[in-house]
Amino acid sequence: MYQVGNLVKELSEKHGRARESLMPILQGIVEKHNYLTDEAMVEVARELDISAAEVYGTASFYTFLDTKVRGKYVIRVCKTITCSMKGKGEIIQTIEDMLKIKVGETTSDKMFSLIETNCIGWCHKAPAILINELPYTELTPEKTVEIIKGYMQKK
Amino acid sequence: MENKGLTKVDLIFEKVDPQEVLTKAFKMTNDNIIKDILDSGLKGRGGAGFPTGLKWKYTAAEKEPDKYIVCNADEGEPGTFKDREILDQVSYKVYGGMAIAGKAIGAKNGIVYLRGEYRFLLPKLMKELESFHKLIDEIGYDFKIRYCLGSGAYICGEESALFESIQGDRGEPRNKPPYPTKSGLFGKPTSINNVETLVTAMMIVKHGPAAYNILGTKDSRGSKVFSVSGDTPTPGIFELELGMTVQQFVNEFGDGDTKAVQVGGASGFCVPRKKFQNTIIGFEGVPTGGSMKLFNSSRSMYNVLHNYLDFFAEESCGQCTPCRVGCQQLLKGVEMVKKGEMKSTYLNELVKLAETMKVASKCGLGQSVGNAFRTIVENFREEIIY
Amino acid sequence: MINLIINDQQVSVDEGTTVLAAAKKLNINIPTLCNHPDLCVAGNCRVCSVEMKGARTLIAACAMPVSEGMEIHTNTLKVRNARKHIVELLLSEHRADCTKCYKNQNCELQQLANEFAFGDHVFLDLTIDKKYNIDRSSPSFIKDDSKCIRCQRCVRTCAELQFVSAIGVANKGAHQKISSFHDRPMSHVVCTNCGQCVNRCPTGALTEKTYIDQVWDAIYDTDKHVVVQTAPAVRVALGEDLGYDPGERVTGKMVTALRQLGFDSVLDTDFSADLTIMEEGTELLTRLKKALVDGDKNTAIPMFTSCSPGWIKFIEHKYPEFLPNLSTCKSPQQMFGALAKTYYAQKRKIDPSKIVSVSIMPCTAKKYEADRPEMRSSGFKDIDFVLTTREFAVMIKQAGIDFRNLEPSSCDSLMGDSTGAAVIFGATGGVMEAALRTAYEIVTGREVPFNNLNITPVRGMEGVKEATIKIEGCTPDWKFLEGAELKVAIAHGLVNANKIMRLVREGKAPYHFVEIMACPGGCIGGGGQPIPTNMEIRQKRIDAIYSEDEHMVLRKSHENPEVIAIYKEFLGKPNSHVSHELLHTHYVERDKY
Repeated sequence: MYQVGNLVKELSEKHGRARESLMPILQGIVEKHNYLTDEAMVEVARELDISAAEVYGTASFYTFLDTKVRGKYVIRVCKTITCSMKGKGEIIQTIEDMLKIKVGETTSDKMFSLIETNCIGWCHKAPAILINELPYTELTPEKTVEIIKGYMQKK
Repeated sequence: MENKGLTKVDLIFEKVDPQEVLTKAFKMTNDNIIKDILDSGLKGRGGAGFPTGLKWKYTAAEKEPDKYIVCNADEGEPGTFKDREILDQVSYKVYGGMAIAGKAIGAKNGIVYLRGEYRFLLPKLMKELESFHKLIDEIGYDFKIRYCLGSGAYICGEESALFESIQGDRGEPRNKPPYPTKSGLFGKPTSINNVETLVTAMMIVKHGPAAYNILGTKDSRGSKVFSVSGDTPTPGIFELELGMTVQQFVNEFGDGDTKAVQVGGASGFCVPRKKFQNTIIGFEGVPTGGSMKLFNSSRSMYNVLHNYLDFFAEESCGQCTPCRVGCQQLLKGVEMVKKGEMKSTYLNELVKLAETMKVASKCGLGQSVGNAFRTIVENFREEIIY
Repeated sequence: MINLIINDQQVSVDEGTTVLAAAKKLNINIPTLCNHPDLCVAGNCRVCSVEMKGARTLIAACAMPVSEGMEIHTNTLKVRNARKHIVELLLSEHRADCTKCYKNQNCELQQLANEFAFGDHVFLDLTIDKKYNIDRSSPSFIKDDSKCIRCQRCVRTCAELQFVSAIGVANKGAHQKISSFHDRPMSHVVCTNCGQCVNRCPTGALTEKTYIDQVWDAIYDTDKHVVVQTAPAVRVALGEDLGYDPGERVTGKMVTALRQLGFDSVLDTDFSADLTIMEEGTELLTRLKKALVDGDKNTAIPMFTSCSPGWIKFIEHKYPEFLPNLSTCKSPQQMFGALAKTYYAQKRKIDPSKIVSVSIMPCTAKKYEADRPEMRSSGFKDIDFVLTTREFAVMIKQAGIDFRNLEPSSCDSLMGDSTGAAVIFGATGGVMEAALRTAYEIVTGREVPFNNLNITPVRGMEGVKEATIKIEGCTPDWKFLEGAELKVAIAHGLVNANKIMRLVREGKAPYHFVEIMACPGGCIGGGGQPIPTNMEIRQKRIDAIYSEDEHMVLRKSHENPEVIAIYKEFLGKPNSHVSHELLHTHYVERDKY
């Protein structure tokens, strides 16, 4: 959980308070915190003067606007056909073993979440993943371990 | 069957001087720009293939003063990654195409809708946009571009769903008519074009329509950027003239054991080896936004089909019955047939369902699910059943 | 005019007409599901798919505007195949337990299945893999997601007609569903319980919470004395669920039926409606005096009516700063409830703990209202059970009553007398009209200056109505109102309530008194009324209400002899201490979102 504080107000100042400001505002919150709490969504509803159910309905439509708790680093492994063919299963296994979580789960220290996602546009360098917004491609289990270790060492 | 063979082309990534091309376009009349695009025979490069010149012509004809150019950079079709490369390498040409389109139709505002998965490109793209704005200001264009980001929804690649997303709503496709050229973004006349289409348009202004028109076939003029992946020794993007057969394509990109090529991604057509020779890659044969996936004999076409159906069941916006429920029925149906819990003849019922989805779904997603389903089931029936 | 051909027949219609409407002009019925006359076009169910010459796909008749020379076919093989598939697809994600379902025989999906999908079904049952949620948290209605076919009528109703948006569409693909804010129970969100969504749901996904069994138990419990009140809007709509056309008044038979069902005393909400007018009229005049004569800045003007519990919950959530503007009067239902276990019990010498108070309402929000913790002025729960008009019809059928052939009869006494002023509570503008009929006479000693007491400026289906009544020739007590122009407004449907509240909030509302009904048309369009609903049906019910009023002997609340009696013998006078204890209430500030 995080405190949404002034973030919604700041984002509204930047993007406005019209309905079309909703996506950039929600994206701004997710950029900072990786998911949307109920509190955050209600704040957005208040700021834009639209119903909370509307905010939730719109947010829940978009895969990257998570309303479930996510960790600091969200690892999205592509599961579409080419990445599937080129070894995404092994990559997932590697990450699951390293982080001790299954697909869909978040580590207890809230650092990592592991999710499957659909084609991210790196089919010629499969298997590929996104960690937050950064893509990592042509993965092998060894490469994956290095990458995750790198994130674990970040402060 | 017009067969042009496999020829590499260098148009999209060709380095040009944007000032030169944009100044040339600025001096042209709007009608002449549109005429050039019409004469070139350019059709939309995102997959739908609507004649670009006509789209600009219709939008230009609208009296409403507020108009939009939207660049559809929501590339989400499985197997397509060419727009990412285009944006990464030659974004100034995308912007150039938008400015030219804006002039042609009378729009002062351009929006690039960039899929969320490409958000990492944004800092670079914004920097180049800044330079671009300076450049066109100097030339005299009254045109501004801004970015809107997607957040992980394949359906937002559909034009009206994309507008809904920009407007802050769920990406649910609209009823048509009215069409975007009349009532698009915020209800205003809008021309929405693919990344590659806009770059191509700029190149047509530079080189003239004839140079483009001589490439390709009667129904598929010009060249296209293909995204090649799967069982191939040379995955990547390649710019090729339209009008080659699938066989010629496989000869160049296959690994010697190609049993099927999925042309057009999950919403495209599966061409089996026996049809390689007689199938043209183009609007008269199998149309495509560029996604080309090669499968060799080690691949299970059941897995391929299942992967695509799973994709659609997840990515469907869910509003209309044939698509929302149809995708689930197709997915569960092939699983049951594979497990032996349903007779193999059930596939025939599913093919009929796919036909219903094709004629009754509200948008192109639901209408296209049946393409992959029908072609894989027709040509690889045993792999589905056993 | 646009000329087109449907099923080889020519038809001419205005530009902008849909293919669906054009076909209707030729008496060709194209089946629909997500389409509803009160709501904007959706075009998502695809049931109305028809063939259009030259088109690559079928087109949705409800969403396609006509064009010159269009050729449509509504029943070709292609259309029939698609239609059968579509209905089957809907059935495959619908948990069909028709024989147990409350909407059995009044379900649009059943009807479509009957017309287009009888015979073997091909597709797999998708419901077995899904984890459906059935939300029973609200005392007013049940939301059963396993029966939802995602036509989105409820979402459009809550957004367009009611401006509440307590529910919306969430997720996408196979997980798409109709959801409250983050799937919270409906009792924990801004839902007003108005039940307009229930009225428009084509299946059993949204139904009222029924209390029929509990009422039967009470009736057959020899230890209990069960009293029943029925709202005015019930008597002009009950017939629709018993084979009558909309707009038929069945008051007399209704009373007889209630007796035959076994209620110990058949009384009338209209009695307490007249009482409400006395209390609220006095309250309004008191406020006007405080504000205009005494210059009391704290007296809140305009005053809003408070008999619509859907409206009450709406203002509690969305405009809590204006709670002081609400009349403190309870609704007629609740006034009745408080008096049934005090006044009535004393007069009839019945132990109030043995009294079960039942009300029959056109409303689902009244079930919530009865459950509000402050509604216990009698020392007991003032209203024990609230039944909708629909539930009432079910009980009549269960009892085997041959309704058509009943002899009409009248209510029992003590709390059973009514006037025309009470009856018109059921229509939008009715409370205002009833209040004016009494208030004007109190102030001037004369009847309202309208032909036959029919104050037509406050009647009608416009969303927001305004009227100005000049007050002249006041009696000495009311001299301060001489020459005053009483400005009133009436709104029905919460989207219109919101329009008025916006004006009030901006300080631009010049009104003194405002009547607000949560439901389109007023109570006659309530969430508990027979289904289906549309403008024509609601208009017919309204016509019946005014017809009922015209045929009554007494047409002003202050002339109701039982009302005169209760003040004389029990309450003293309007707004007395006893009145405040039993007949007035307070409100609660709630979350805005």
